Amino acid sequence: MVAYVVRRLLVSAVVLVGISMLLFTLLQLMPGDPVEMMIDPMSFSGDRAAAIARRREQLGLDASLPIQYVRWAGEFLQGNLGFSYSTSRPVAEVMVERLGPTVRLMGTALVIGLLAGIPVGILAALRRNTLVDYGAAALSLVAISVPSFFVALLGIYVFGLKLDWLPTGGMNSVGGGGLVDSLRHLVLPAGILGLALAGPYVRYARAAMLEVLGQDFLTTARSKGLSRRRVVGRHALHNALIPLVTVVAIQIPVLFAGAVVVEQVFAWPGMGRLALEAVLARDYPILLGFVMAIAVLVLLCNLLADVAYAVIDPRIRL
Amino acid sequence: MTTLDTVPADAGSVSPGRLALRRFRRHRLAVAGAIMLVLLTVGAIVLPFVVGADPNAVDPSAIRRGPADGHPLGTDSAGRDVLARLLAGGRVSLLVGLSAALIATSIGLVLGAVAGYFGRSVDGALSRLADVVLSFPALIIIIVVVAFVGPSLPTLILSIGLFGWPTPYRIVRGMTLSLREQDSILAVGGLGAGAVRIIRKHVVPVVIAPLTVVATLGVAQAILLEAALSFLGLGVPPPTASWGNMLNEAQSLTILESMPWLWLPPGIAIAVTVMAVNFVGDGLRDAADPRAVR
Repeated sequence: MVAYVVRRLLVSAVVLVGISMLLFTLLQLMPGDPVEMMIDPMSFSGDRAAAIARRREQLGLDASLPIQYVRWAGEFLQGNLGFSYSTSRPVAEVMVERLGPTVRLMGTALVIGLLAGIPVGILAALRRNTLVDYGAAALSLVAISVPSFFVALLGIYVFGLKLDWLPTGGMNSVGGGGLVDSLRHLVLPAGILGLALAGPYVRYARAAMLEVLGQDFLTTARSKGLSRRRVVGRHALHNALIPLVTVVAIQIPVLFAGAVVVEQVFAWPGMGRLALEAVLARDYPILLGFVMAIAVLVLLCNLLADVAYAVIDPRIRL
Repeated sequence: MTTLDTVPADAGSVSPGRLALRRFRRHRLAVAGAIMLVLLTVGAIVLPFVVGADPNAVDPSAIRRGPADGHPLGTDSAGRDVLARLLAGGRVSLLVGLSAALIATSIGLVLGAVAGYFGRSVDGALSRLADVVLSFPALIIIIVVVAFVGPSLPTLILSIGLFGWPTPYRIVRGMTLSLREQDSILAVGGLGAGAVRIIRKHVVPVVIAPLTVVATLGVAQAILLEAALSFLGLGVPPPTASWGNMLNEAQSLTILESMPWLWLPPGIAIAVTVMAVNFVGDGLRDAADPRAVR
């Protein structure tokens, strides 16, 4: 197992290097020369081309692309992710600042999604081809089909504006306001993101449960006289959860996509919003940091899924 | 899983295509979805001529008016007719959905057939790549792409298509892998047929049914992605109307609260269209799978 994890980590490192090389090259291909902009065309007199060349040398931009990449990667590994074009603040600092709100939103949404989706999916499988099953299928299809930003707008319209029960955006009221205030701000965004997640979870849970219910060992369990509760609760459920863990873990990065949209609608100061701001301001260092963070997350979640699989299911040896 | 009651008594004389059609027709929601889609398509193509209003015609004298004579769904912040823009947006959504899904499915078909036919390292590399692409959130990658090249309709279609191939790829790869070992295919190979011929004549006809299902669900995905990106202002650039960018305006609380005619219609349009496509996709999946019960 340890050898497996180490090998996978090495492969992940190679993938990360590949992605970073690609992004680094893309950045260099962007039009516009930053050095050109560092020399004031009005006040500067003398040999402009020579001044630009000198500046380029000072910044290390005269080196070949591979050398520049190695230098950049060295800094990156030491935690220097560069500086934001628009605010000049260190990228790492800005990202850490935005990570907390996103984790709060995505974590709550994930819990809501799991709590809403998995029991419904399991119930649908147990009551297969009944009204419960059809109802669950219809609800999950609606959750998959209606875009979360539209649900978010409806939510703000109904609960924020018409009924005035909940705040329409932000993470806290102006001037703070304690735990209750934070929770009230969390209800709409996390609830909407959570319900959007529940849609696919219902389908996965139903499929996983049906798969298990059809297997021989359950017939054995039933025929040796175990109660239905024991058959379903212990034998079936345990085995159905194994593929579910994998699916949920692998999809964690996909949560980010939902978070981008929901954070935008609710003015939630998280990573998704940071990325959108960076796109609009063409703040490439921030974008680079963001994509690298997502890439790390993707690879970690894939690894986590495999390891979790082996830990829950003793039949699997890594 | 397996029951015989889906196969009619005269199955012997009925072609598989007919059987599939029968199963599809029994799927009531799928039929409703299909009818809905036909209506939407016809509406998006024909109705603009009936309505007559230009979706991009600005009228400074009629800004943000509620539904009234002449403007059945009111006007937006530039005095443009909301109904005309809704219909124009429908064309864009369908265009993006269909073309992006077509691109994704074509790439998936070619790569899947190649990986399944040649196996070994080709398969290993392509499948690894598919895993990575699949676990990356497409929306975020496309946002980054747009940051580099700027938003435009072709960029949108291409990037949605380019990131949608892993799902069709997996289906085609799996089927090709098992087909390859079949005696008939081995025999054709023995008779001197090359890889391209085998894939074209013997693999494609078999995978086309499951591929249609995946492509249909891909259309729904693409429409949702387009809407989300346009909503964020990174998809279809104005003044071209799209359901997503019509909703963009509703981020202002004033518009959200007092002018529901500006944002409810496009939102409902997206939801209904995607739901209809998904219903059809589910129906096709059950129709394409002879063992399916429902």
